[in-house]
Amino acid sequence: MSLLSINDLQVSFKTRRGTVNAVRGLSLEIEKGETLGIVGESGSGKSVTSYALMRLLESNGRISGGALSYGGIDLRHAKESVMRDLRGREISMIFQNPRAALNPIRKVGHQIEDVLRRHAKATRSTARAEAIKALEAVKIRDPEARYNAYPFELSGGMCQRIVIALALACDPKLLIADEPTTGLDITTQKAVMDLIADLIAERGMSAMVITHDLGLAAQYCNRIVVMKDGEIVEQGDPKRLFTAPEHPYTRKLVDATPRSGASVRSLLPAEQRTPAPELPVSETPLLEVRDLTKTYQGKSGPVHAVKGISFKVMKGQSVGLVGESGCGKSTTSSILVRLTDPTSGEILFNGEDLAKTPAGTFARDPRRAAIQMVFQDATDSFNPRHTARHSIAEPLKRLTGLKGKALKDRVEELADLVGLPRPLLDRFPHQLSGGQKARVGIARAIAVEPQFLILDEPTAALDVSIQAIVLNLLVDLRAKLGISFLFVSHDLHVVRLLCDHVIVMRDGEILEEGPAAAVMDAPAHAYTRELLAAAPEPPALAETLSSAAE
Amino acid sequence: MSDTATRAEALKQQDGALAHIAYVLRSNPVTLLAFAMFAVLLLAAVLGPLIAPFDPLQTNASNALQPPSFTHWFGTDNLGRDVFSRVIVATRLDLAISIAAVALSFLVGSVLGSLAGYWGGWLDAVLNRVFDTIMAFPLFVLAMGIVAALGNTVENIVYATAVINIPFYARLVRAEVNIRRDAGFAQAAKLAGNSDVRVLALHIFPNALPPMMVQVSLNLGWAILNAAGLSFIGLGVRPPTAEWGIMVAEGANFIVSGEWWLAIFPGLALMFAVFTFNLLGDGLRDIVDPRQRS
Repeated sequence: MSLLSINDLQVSFKTRRGTVNAVRGLSLEIEKGETLGIVGESGSGKSVTSYALMRLLESNGRISGGALSYGGIDLRHAKESVMRDLRGREISMIFQNPRAALNPIRKVGHQIEDVLRRHAKATRSTARAEAIKALEAVKIRDPEARYNAYPFELSGGMCQRIVIALALACDPKLLIADEPTTGLDITTQKAVMDLIADLIAERGMSAMVITHDLGLAAQYCNRIVVMKDGEIVEQGDPKRLFTAPEHPYTRKLVDATPRSGASVRSLLPAEQRTPAPELPVSETPLLEVRDLTKTYQGKSGPVHAVKGISFKVMKGQSVGLVGESGCGKSTTSSILVRLTDPTSGEILFNGEDLAKTPAGTFARDPRRAAIQMVFQDATDSFNPRHTARHSIAEPLKRLTGLKGKALKDRVEELADLVGLPRPLLDRFPHQLSGGQKARVGIARAIAVEPQFLILDEPTAALDVSIQAIVLNLLVDLRAKLGISFLFVSHDLHVVRLLCDHVIVMRDGEILEEGPAAAVMDAPAHAYTRELLAAAPEPPALAETLSSAAE
Repeated sequence: MSDTATRAEALKQQDGALAHIAYVLRSNPVTLLAFAMFAVLLLAAVLGPLIAPFDPLQTNASNALQPPSFTHWFGTDNLGRDVFSRVIVATRLDLAISIAAVALSFLVGSVLGSLAGYWGGWLDAVLNRVFDTIMAFPLFVLAMGIVAALGNTVENIVYATAVINIPFYARLVRAEVNIRRDAGFAQAAKLAGNSDVRVLALHIFPNALPPMMVQVSLNLGWAILNAAGLSFIGLGVRPPTAEWGIMVAEGANFIVSGEWWLAIFPGLALMFAVFTFNLLGDGLRDIVDPRQRS
């Protein structure tokens, strides 16, 4: 008998617009010792399924049909007291955002003790030792000292390890990991996933890994279920799903997953692939950064965020700036877009030094329109009180003085250019999807026809199929408008698709730079190799690619 | 042609706002009730002397201290004035004092709080200490002091009530502005060519409005009580002007001798007003928050 079986599960939510069926007749089973991957894009019902399983649905949601059975226990009808005993001890969960999942004002050691004592796995006298053991199990160095740490003192990856320690403290038989590595750096992602995989194998647990990343699921799961709109569209062996997807949706997901050897057009479904545009790169530099430094005054002495970097961006060129969090890439882009003043150094833009104009007054500088930016977090970068139309019109009103009908026409022209349906222009940000917000963000940035556009991880929060469309849109816009890009990202595969030239940064320094193909195929620096190795690469796919090449 | 199109669009936009208000009222019966009560108060304030059955200042010694009757719903006072008329007419003055005081403290508090929250530094430190100092006083005693020092007039009641409320607004705005100072949309606004002042005033500050609305409505009730309290102890409004605080104060002398209606009815009016404003808060917040729209 399988450990967990879900039969025809239906979950519905009551909302202002009526009832929404989030999960519609889902059936699946997890065997003992099996790792099942549930892959789907946002809104596919994959997280809701796991919450329904734990009976942790929001108050407006309910299980409206089907059966949930865990080792013979009917989870749908079990009493709340039974569920409380099951949660944590039998079925455990790793949450999406480790920082939010930890109590910010309690020491992490105490939080682990709480779980242990709740399920009578430890007594007051043994709790501390057990908690330290749990920290050791997730390979935290110096667990005795970390026991006394507060979540804010730990890095994102470290917090996720604590969450894993919490989830595994009581030796559950089923582990649910809901997007366990979203928001973590790529090398941290690999470390965390490897750790989870090791612990699952070591303890003979079953696991359910929920992710939007097909490549990641393929690498770590025995079996994959692909979900769309609350239903399973396809399931099976990861290798088979990649090599011979049966359902068109799976095909689309496989295509859209960035991987080595792909071109930006090949991410799109076959019928939408148009010939890639020519992207001429001029020999004249548009932007030249010379010995740029930025030092912050921290509480424990100066923090050197950027330590004297120099590089050039040619007219029409797309440069990728790659690095993990804390490498100084965000500081660099903030300085280049003139929101932050550098400590020293020159930013030559068409030969003029921009660093001479302080960031505070640059907003009224005539060169303001020439340098624009697409922000990372599409939700945070829009004023919640402004409609999409208002947001796109803002730079036009302030920087070009367009008014009335001319302004309205220009906004609609931009919406057409980025493929945003015109009726959506009158919506507020919270009424738009992630992909639509990305389009509005791009429309806003190109509205004043900049020569230089900084893209700060513009697709980091998007589903892969939307990411594929947005990346192609960017390539088309670059060809049409002749803009130079500085593409800031941690995802080397995406950078390779979009950039001619790559700069790898770590700790505020440039480690390596060169043409994209050269850096990716023959990385000179060990760190670049490490980054490349950490990117999930479905083994099955790698094989087919190499055999296809032969 | 295009003109009609824009007008139609404007209408649709307006329609959206109205539909949103209708939705907020429909979805929450308490808000609907609060708005209905507020409408009653506003009517009384605007139409006051027109709908009052008697002249609120007309004395009639032969008709003094009559209990509530069909002619005099709330009875008459010691000078024979109709209590019902006086309660209605007093609404205008009481609402005017509280709204003016709240508007003033909202304005000054918003400006000071925004500056402190956006620029921080020494300005923030100085303003915060000033607000701490104001808040350290027993607020009613401070208001009494201000009115006593500035002079016993209605304007001074407004100023005093405003001053003691400023710190609450400033603190709230400071916090709301501060968390949005480096938000993506603020940076995007700068890229769009907005100077710091414009970013603050047009982009960041409006986002502080929803929590401010709750504060405003609670504060309106509180300001009415404060004004009535000051009148009660003989500061500000002077007899024979009809004002709830004074009416309660004057009527209090007669409770012992059994003429309860003199103090009870203006007291109930006061309670009604305060209750209305307290109920109004959540509804106002939902109306000014575009995120509540679907």
